[in-house]
Amino acid sequence: MFIGSPRERLEGEARVAMTPDSATQLQKLGYQCAIETGAGKLAGFSDDAYRAVGVTIVDSVEALFASVDVIAKVRPPEPSDTARLSSSKTLISLFYPAQNKELLEQAKATGANVIAMDMVPRISRAQKMDALSSMANIAGYRAVIEAGNNFGRFFTGQVTAAGKIPPAKVLVIGAGVAGLAAVGTSVSLGAITYAFDVRPEVAEQIESMGAEFVFLDFKEQQQDGAATGGYASPSSPEFREAQLKKFREIAPDIDIVVSTALIPGRDAPKLWLADMVAAMKPGSVVVDLAAERGGNCDLTVPDQKIVSENGVTVIGYTDFPSRMAAQASTLYSTNIRHMMTDLTPKKDGVLVHNMEDDVIRGATVAFQGEITYPPPPPKIQAIAAQKRQEKPKELTPAERHAAEASAFKSATQQQDSLLVVGGILMALIGAYAPSAFMGHFIVFALACFVGFQVIWGVSHSLHTPLMAVTNAISGIIIIGALLQITAGGWLVTALAAVSVAIATINIVGGFMVTRRMLNMFQKS
Amino acid sequence: MSIGIQTAAYIAASVLFILSLGGLSGQESAKRAVWYGISGMAIAVLATILGPGVGLSVILIIMLVVGAVVGTLLAQRVEMTGMPQLVAALHSFVGLAAVLIGLNSDMTAHEFATNAEKIIHEVEIFLGVFIGAVTFTGSIIAYGKLSGHIGGKALILSGRHIFNILMVLGSFVLMIMYMKGAGSWTLYLTTLMAFVIGAHLVMAIGGADMPVVVSMLNSYSGWAAAATGFLLGNDLLIVTGALVGSSGAILSYIMCKAMNRQFLSVILGGFGNASGPAMVVEGEQVAIDAEGVAAALNDADSVIIVPGYGMAVAQAQSAVSELTRKLRAAGKNVRFAIHPVAGRLPGHMNVLLAEAKVPYDIVLEMDEINDDFHETDVVIVIGSNDIVNPAAQEDPNSPIAGMPVLEVWKAKQVFVSKRGQGTGYSGIENPLFYKENTRMYYGDAKQSVNGLLPKLA
Repeated sequence: MFIGSPRERLEGEARVAMTPDSATQLQKLGYQCAIETGAGKLAGFSDDAYRAVGVTIVDSVEALFASVDVIAKVRPPEPSDTARLSSSKTLISLFYPAQNKELLEQAKATGANVIAMDMVPRISRAQKMDALSSMANIAGYRAVIEAGNNFGRFFTGQVTAAGKIPPAKVLVIGAGVAGLAAVGTSVSLGAITYAFDVRPEVAEQIESMGAEFVFLDFKEQQQDGAATGGYASPSSPEFREAQLKKFREIAPDIDIVVSTALIPGRDAPKLWLADMVAAMKPGSVVVDLAAERGGNCDLTVPDQKIVSENGVTVIGYTDFPSRMAAQASTLYSTNIRHMMTDLTPKKDGVLVHNMEDDVIRGATVAFQGEITYPPPPPKIQAIAAQKRQEKPKELTPAERHAAEASAFKSATQQQDSLLVVGGILMALIGAYAPSAFMGHFIVFALACFVGFQVIWGVSHSLHTPLMAVTNAISGIIIIGALLQITAGGWLVTALAAVSVAIATINIVGGFMVTRRMLNMFQKS
Repeated sequence: MSIGIQTAAYIAASVLFILSLGGLSGQESAKRAVWYGISGMAIAVLATILGPGVGLSVILIIMLVVGAVVGTLLAQRVEMTGMPQLVAALHSFVGLAAVLIGLNSDMTAHEFATNAEKIIHEVEIFLGVFIGAVTFTGSIIAYGKLSGHIGGKALILSGRHIFNILMVLGSFVLMIMYMKGAGSWTLYLTTLMAFVIGAHLVMAIGGADMPVVVSMLNSYSGWAAAATGFLLGNDLLIVTGALVGSSGAILSYIMCKAMNRQFLSVILGGFGNASGPAMVVEGEQVAIDAEGVAAALNDADSVIIVPGYGMAVAQAQSAVSELTRKLRAAGKNVRFAIHPVAGRLPGHMNVLLAEAKVPYDIVLEMDEINDDFHETDVVIVIGSNDIVNPAAQEDPNSPIAGMPVLEVWKAKQVFVSKRGQGTGYSGIENPLFYKENTRMYYGDAKQSVNGLLPKLA
């Protein structure tokens, strides 16, 4: 079958749904690939690069739609695109079916199967085709870079001959994929980074990226992200108030705000209000990744960069992924390729649209002339519900001291009582046993003691050699046999002789195998 | 050689043995330590042979040569994966020798100055024979289990505790009868009963508890030698036996501590019962192929490998070593995390890795490395299960709750090389396999690791 990608017609869209790399992989799945001429140009992939890996270059979008069976696109199709679909074709693209009801109707009417890359369910198995995550990752990175571009200072603090430079302070609101990517980028540029999210379970992720979680002192527990497929849910008015209060408190200190807060199916919550922007220092930057859905910042104008009265730059671009078209195309085309892998179970270039498969079912919005959106909930829950973990109580120094003292006391008591019991036992034995025995007994007790002291020092990694060497040493029992071998009748001699032989095996075998083992231990 | 010089030689031998054990505190000093042990043994044997009452007879020479040849062959032939069996087999020899010497002592006539000395002598014979016999059959069963001749599953007879107690009581009664002059048959019967006890004890203990069993038998073989020393009035035997005995006891203690179990409950066999319903594990086990693992390894800066008994079974240590070499050559920080009870013998994994030429300074103990997992990119778990089970910390009802485990799940990504789905020896579900950052890399450990090698950059 043929799979092809047209040039994106939308103004400012530089991405492409198929790269030379992904085409190579698709060909391994048994597909033949085609691309509209110039489709990869803005992303930095020339027609020649495609031709070199055996992709057919098609002159016009009409010809492309006519000649291929599977159309892979980035943006939702234009009405002119849907008109070119038919029941034998499959369209794979971002679709946003909730917002594009009309477009979905049109697509359905043609009888084509439509797979929306933005509808891939968020389960582990589907991560490799989760285009929203790939794009969000890029957006997060780019947001910080964009902020840096508009920010007149270094991110990292420096002490130079020309004076001391304080590090920039970055606040990331919303720690989804984009937020975490922004955190990572900002941290690696050297800024002091704070991050906030309404889902308490992401605090650990934020901290693992090297940022500080902005802690909200609030009683009510926000709903766990697990219940909503890993996304945030709306918060109560009280919670929102506490949140805004905290932001207001830190706003004067923050140089750069990257806001990424979105709640599925709603307008972006307003979190960075006009008074907070006013409180920021001149030259500060706000990058609003939620601009497409109204923005998290009061001042945001979608697709524009504005400067507030007090000199704060507010960036509301909505096309961050497209601004990094090469990277975005690589990731998006890989997502598409993974989707095709799942759609081609036999790797024979034949597309099998298996509606039993959770991932494929979830992403399919139109199938054989029916609208299949919204999908039923997936059989597997996205994220295992997280148990709230009680933090172990921090001990005060006094308590810790008391605990240590009592532990020491009980250890002393234990040792004392052992000594007493041992002493009484010794006295009892001494009272009855003959002196010759006591002589040996002293040796025995001391040897046990020495043994315990010495063995504790043996390194764990040498426990096997230790066993082998003690094995060899316990062959010392040979001495007993030696003493008996001439001591009595033939039976005694015979048994003693057998003992000598096996004890020798022990000694020789034990020592040799120990040496063999120890010689193997090498330092790097 | 006079008694005085012989005693001096024995003192020297004792000191050398202590130095030999003490030298095992580090890899380099250990190489010297073996020579201390060997010279100690040589001095002791020579002093005994040249001492009063023993001559260098033909039989003696033949027996020494036979023993030496067999010992050499054993030591050279053994595979490092077969170390547990060898150690168990060697224990059985000490046990058998102790039994034979005890029986011999009964057959030889003795004269005693006082009645107390006679009683003590007879108790010593009984103790030596009893401990020796338990060690002998126990080690043979352990050998059978470790080498796979006997199934690894625990044999749990109903009323087994009562059975054991009755046998011990019976032996005690027989000892009293022996001291009252009932004749040698009581000793022989006790020997047989001790044989049964030893076998039965070890039969009741399952595969993963084997490290404890082997170190316990190690300890017994020491006590058997010490008991023989008392019997013969030989201080060198007593000292050496006590050294070995305490060494084994400490090893058993360390193993039990590492499993968070009581020594008695391990030795008496069976596995602890859960105190409530186990936590339900949610999620799915996600499989991954060699390419995925290789890609993650290529991207990683720090890698920790957690080997377990499965690596020994699959003989994968050379492949693992090759993997380590390649990753290190690529400038990655590769380390090994060894749980105290990984494998079937204390320190088993260290020896296997050393055999495969993994440098020992990147092989770390649990306590040394457990805090580093959260800043590690990739963890590869090869053939271990319970020792990386988060249920030990998260689920108070789990049978292994409280057992110290390697916290591999804190790493960014965990790959588990495992034969197939299913629970480990203990039959406990492992939530690690269902974690979001865990991928299952199914297949034989050796082939799996070998499959990775060509794909690494």
